[in-house]
Amino acid sequence: MKIHIKGGRLIDPKNGIDAPLDVFIAAGKIVAVGAAPDAFGANRVIDASNRIVCPGLVDLAARLREPGFEYMATLESEMHAAVAGGVTSLACPPDTDPPLDEPGLVEMLKYRARGHNKARVYPVGALTEGLKGLKLTEMAELRDAGCVAFSHAEAPISDNQVLYYALQYAATFKIPVWLRPQDATLARGGVAHEGQVATRLGLPPIPVCAETAALALILLLARETGAHVHLCRLSSMEGVNMVRRARHDGVAATCDVAAHHLHLSEMDIGYFDPNTNLIPPLRSQRDRDALRRALAEGVIDALCSDHTPVDDDSKQTSFSEAEAGATGLELLLPLTLKWAEEDRVPLSTALGRITSDAARVLGIDTGHLAPGADADVCIFDAERWWKVEPAALKSQGKNTPFSGLEVKGKVTHTLVAGQVAYEAK
Amino acid sequence: MWLDPRNPQLTKNGELHHLLSLEGLPADILWQILDAAASFVGVTQREVKKVPLLRGKSVFNIFFENSTRTRTTFEIAAKRLSADVINLAIAQSSTSKGESMLDTVANLSAMQADMFVVRHAASGAPYLIAKHVGPDIHVINAGDGRHQHPTQGLLDMYTIRHYKKDFTNLRVAIIGDILHSRVARSQIHALTTLGCPEIRVIGPRTLIPADIRNLGVQVYHDLREGLKDVDVVSTLRLQSERMKGALLASGQEFYKYYGITDDKLALAKPDAIVLHPGPMNRGVEIDSSVADGRQSVILPQVNFGIAIRMAVMSIVAGNWRG
Repeated sequence: MKIHIKGGRLIDPKNGIDAPLDVFIAAGKIVAVGAAPDAFGANRVIDASNRIVCPGLVDLAARLREPGFEYMATLESEMHAAVAGGVTSLACPPDTDPPLDEPGLVEMLKYRARGHNKARVYPVGALTEGLKGLKLTEMAELRDAGCVAFSHAEAPISDNQVLYYALQYAATFKIPVWLRPQDATLARGGVAHEGQVATRLGLPPIPVCAETAALALILLLARETGAHVHLCRLSSMEGVNMVRRARHDGVAATCDVAAHHLHLSEMDIGYFDPNTNLIPPLRSQRDRDALRRALAEGVIDALCSDHTPVDDDSKQTSFSEAEAGATGLELLLPLTLKWAEEDRVPLSTALGRITSDAARVLGIDTGHLAPGADADVCIFDAERWWKVEPAALKSQGKNTPFSGLEVKGKVTHTLVAGQVAYEAK
Repeated sequence: MWLDPRNPQLTKNGELHHLLSLEGLPADILWQILDAAASFVGVTQREVKKVPLLRGKSVFNIFFENSTRTRTTFEIAAKRLSADVINLAIAQSSTSKGESMLDTVANLSAMQADMFVVRHAASGAPYLIAKHVGPDIHVINAGDGRHQHPTQGLLDMYTIRHYKKDFTNLRVAIIGDILHSRVARSQIHALTTLGCPEIRVIGPRTLIPADIRNLGVQVYHDLREGLKDVDVVSTLRLQSERMKGALLASGQEFYKYYGITDDKLALAKPDAIVLHPGPMNRGVEIDSSVADGRQSVILPQVNFGIAIRMAVMSIVAGNWRG
């Protein structure tokens, strides 16, 4: 299959390209950019005029809910949602049931995901058995089975010695560890940012120090052990400042933020909207603005969807009893564009945060379109407005705080390994 | 939608449809409720204590959390309005069998309910219920988590007005466990709307929630300082389970530093009144000599509570023509 993507504006952040250039694909790879290779007889020409052509998006956190939570979502529904959102590579956290703590489970997930011929799935393995925080998993074995990193998802590691050993062990094999900084005891019982809104609504609070105390510990242990640590879902200004200082001091930690946290704050909880019950909690507008700035500056490396499909029964309950999380795969691109436009971030920089920068964190050679690269491509209409209507989302998770919002940027084609995996009607 | 999306307890015409919170309730509605209650206080003192304002209506008391006092006063109020009252203690029934809150509510709606009086341990639960009931059903919040206890707040306003006449020259102190108190949150919003110029909250730092100054109150950690020259002393119940965690050391220490005793009350104005939402922990947040003393208005509060609930039920049902 040879494909000619014609007439589009090519934005390839990693290679510093932002120009009207055609892209030529053969045998699943990019073969040329700009002029056609000799005797290139395309099987298909995709007209990308007035569209942007960029590397397929790389999402550092998307829950597919299999195995164990098929009532919330299935591989089939979420893989479809991924390519509909332009996402061609995604990392899935280990908080399935059972958790991804055995090579067999990881191989099965990869095998089943491949069967759908959609986005590439990169499992993140469980750092401890059953995510119980007691016993390390066979990280080297799991890596060989396909895990790109190890995390503890949202399960607490209350034993600091276990965390210390886990980082030492991971460092032995040069395996990255992804941790969401939250001290479980400081956050105990909480559901909303400790501040004026939680006080007014009487919601049990999660203080900022739940994030910063955990960050301090993780950064310290990362320095001690030399482990490669990635910090997931920062939520506070103080947290961002700590990471900035640690980087300045030479700690090689990367970090990400979820797209929701760039656009929402505690104020959006409104009258207890359970769709705004997120992990980490939505914090103050000052925190939100600090996250936006840090992402533009590159202190925060990457932006992810933190896609978490939740069924209606688990959401349609009081705010504090509702299952946390929001659907996000199909909103990652428009929410990125919205941030870029509002904060005047160059489009190439913004797209880098969801392509090449995310790929760098993932440690995978993807997220760029140089000749020889895998032909994972997203083509979108940056000027096309559309209204977020939960029922119209491909994801089985209809839970989004952005319901009814008019957003800009619609994916028209998604290519994975040179095959059209999604095409808008 | 016939309800105001910015304030889903009001219709788009600004009428009270549900009573969910005292936050954002316009002053004219607060005054209307207080005035209506004044006329019902007369009813409760008559020999025949019934009026027919809710005749033929069914009021469901749905209590997802246990309560005796509040449920009883709602029951008495509904009966004095000639309504049929059905009491459901859900805490022990359906939800323990796994039925969701909304399923329970849908089932009760199918029984032709006209009004739900809801208590729930989770903040905001009555909003969810109000969002899912039909347009003819009214929801009254009888206490949700730490969020609001609007009828308690209203009966406190009634009591304060009864003894002090005017809110615009008052200094009010609210003392104790502000963090967990839905009563405190209701009082604060009602007092600010009714024009009270100075509201103080007093307690140890562990029991004062973050950024509470944004609600328009002053924070004191020293009880003696905070009580100085106040007109109203509102004490809050300190639940015994608070003593089990790390928020407080002991009931005795709380009593020593934050319990209202005669000598501390002497720092308030000589004609200050003392409120308590009940049930009281004597010797923890309040001393018996204060609870039973000349400045206590705790028992009149209970009587006014019935009138307030009659007023709220008549007004949300649209049957009050005051």
